[in-house]
Amino acid sequence: MIDVSLLQTAAAEAVPVDYWSTAFVFVLATFIGLGVIRRVSRLLYTPLMSLTNAISAIAVVGSLVVAGADYPRVIRILGAVALFASMTNIVSGFLITDRMLKMFKKQ
Amino acid sequence: MTHAVAQLAAVVATALFIFSLHWMNDPKTARHGVVAGVTGMLVAVLATWIQPEIVHHGWVVLAIVAGFIVGVPLSQVPLTAVPQRTALSHSFGGLAAGLVGTAEYFLGLTEHPAQLTAFRMSAIVAEVILGFLTFTGSLMAAGKLQEVRWIPQRPVTYPGQNVVNIGVLLIAVALGVLVVVHPTAAWAGRAFYGIVGLAVLFGVLLIIPIGGADMPTVISILNSYAGLSAVAMGFVLGNKLLVTAGALDGSSGLILSIIMCRAMNRSFTNVLFGAFGTVQKAQAIGEQKAWKQETVEGAAQLLEQASRVVVIPGYGMAVAQAQHKVRELYDQLTKRGVTVQFAIHPVAGRMPGHMNVLLAEANIPYTALVEMEEINPEMPQCDVALVIGANDVVNPAARYAKGSPIYGMPIIDADKAKTVLAIKRSKNPGFAGIDNELYVQDNTWMLFGDAKAVVGDLVKQLAGGGGLH
Repeated sequence: MIDVSLLQTAAAEAVPVDYWSTAFVFVLATFIGLGVIRRVSRLLYTPLMSLTNAISAIAVVGSLVVAGADYPRVIRILGAVALFASMTNIVSGFLITDRMLKMFKKQ
Repeated sequence: MTHAVAQLAAVVATALFIFSLHWMNDPKTARHGVVAGVTGMLVAVLATWIQPEIVHHGWVVLAIVAGFIVGVPLSQVPLTAVPQRTALSHSFGGLAAGLVGTAEYFLGLTEHPAQLTAFRMSAIVAEVILGFLTFTGSLMAAGKLQEVRWIPQRPVTYPGQNVVNIGVLLIAVALGVLVVVHPTAAWAGRAFYGIVGLAVLFGVLLIIPIGGADMPTVISILNSYAGLSAVAMGFVLGNKLLVTAGALDGSSGLILSIIMCRAMNRSFTNVLFGAFGTVQKAQAIGEQKAWKQETVEGAAQLLEQASRVVVIPGYGMAVAQAQHKVRELYDQLTKRGVTVQFAIHPVAGRMPGHMNVLLAEANIPYTALVEMEEINPEMPQCDVALVIGANDVVNPAARYAKGSPIYGMPIIDADKAKTVLAIKRSKNPGFAGIDNELYVQDNTWMLFGDAKAVVGDLVKQLAGGGGLH
C-alpha cells in the first residue's frame, strides 16, 4: 500500500535512539512495578487491572504523533485509529476504576 | 524548548503513575490513585500535543472525541460485564500498538530506511506480533465472556492443535527475523503483512481452546501482553515514558497471572495449552450418598442461632443477581449479633478480584470480605458455612482425588464448618454436582432453587414475616 520506490529519494538521517538506556529503564520499571503491585490490596485486583489498562494507554502519545505529524495520509489513518483505541482505553479505564473504587466502603 | 517541556512532562507523568499504583494498596487511598493517573495522563498528552511536529490537529481532535464517545458508555457497563470490558480494553491496547508498529515500519521504509536498524526492527516486529495477537486474542476472550452467539463458549479442541498454534507463531517469528535482517528488501513489505496476518490468526487460535473457568488467568496473561506491546512501542519510538508505563502494566499482569495460576494449581503452559474442561471424567466416589434437603424455615433458624456465619459466594451468585439479597441477609444476621464474613477464593468470578467488586456494589463493607488463606484456619470455629453459587472452590475432591481436573487446587474449607448450607439451582446433580461430596456430607443441608429467590426467602423468614410464596 505504500510506494517502496520512494526509498531512493528518502532522506537517510537517522535519529539516534539510546536503546541501552531505554533497556535500562525497562528493567528498573519492571522491578518497581513488581514491588508496587505486590503491595496492592487483594480486594482491588479488578480496579487495579482497569487502572493499569488506562495507564498503559499512554501509548496515546505515540499514536498522537503518528496521527498528527506531517506524514502520508495512509500512515495518519493508522495513527488516528490507534489514537482512538488508546483514547477509549484512557476514558473508560479511568472512569470505571473510579466507579468501582467508590463502591468499596468500610461500613 | 518544547522538547524540554515534553521531557519534563514524561518524568512527572512517570512519578504520578507509580504513585497511582502505590495508592491502590488500600481501599481508603485508592481513589487518589485515579486522580494521580488522570493527572499524569493529561500532562503527558498535552506536552506531546504542543510539539511543533503535530500539524494535523483536526485528526487528533476527531480521534479523541471518538474515544470519548465510545469510552464513556463502556465505563458504565454492569459490574458482571467488567471482565468483558477489561478484555476489550486489552484488545484496544494491542490494536494501538500493532497499528503504530505498522505505521512506523512503512514510514521508515518510505522515508528513513537508515532508521530501520536491526535493533529498531526487532522492536517493531515484537510490537506488531504482540500487539496483533493481543488484539484478536482479547477480542475472542471478550466474545466468550459476553457469550456472543458465534463464538463457542466451550473449549474447542482438535488433534494437533498445539502443533498448529506453535507452528503459526514460529512462522510469524521466522518472517520477523527475515524482515529484521533485510528490512528494505523488495519482498519485505509483503513479509510484514504476513507477520500481521499470522499474529492476528495466532490470537484467535490461542483462545479457542480456553473455557470460562480459565478466564481469570487468561485475562491476566493478556493484560501482561498488552503491557509488553506498549513497552515494545516505547522502544520503537525511543520513548521512556511508554516503556515505564508498559512495564508497570506488564508486571501487574504477570503478578496477577501467577496468583491466578497458583489459585488453580496450574502452570501458564497448562492454561494456554491444556484446554481445561474438555477431558473431565466423572470420578466414581465409592458409594453414592444422598443429599439431605433443608427447609427455608430450618435454614433461617440455623443461621439465626449461629454466632459465626461464613458466606462462600461463587460466580453463580452473580449470574443469579443475588448480591443485593445477600446484603439483606447480611443485615438481618448482623442485626442479631451474628458475625458474618465472606470467604473469597482468588478465582471466584471471571477475573481477578471480580467477587469483591460485585459484593462491594451490593454495599457489603470490604472489612467483611476475607481471603481464603485467612479464613481457612478459622473454618472449624465457624457455625454455618453458607455456599451460594460456588462449586469447584469448595470441592474437597481437590485435596485428594488425583486425576480430577481440580486436584491440588487450594479450596475454601467449607466442609470443616460445623454445619454447611449449600444453595444449588437444581436437584438434578449436574456433572459438577455429582462430583462434589460436600453436598452429601453428614453436616451438609441443601437448599434447592434460584440463589436470588432462596436468599430472598431466608431474608423474609428472618425479618419475621414468615410468609413464603
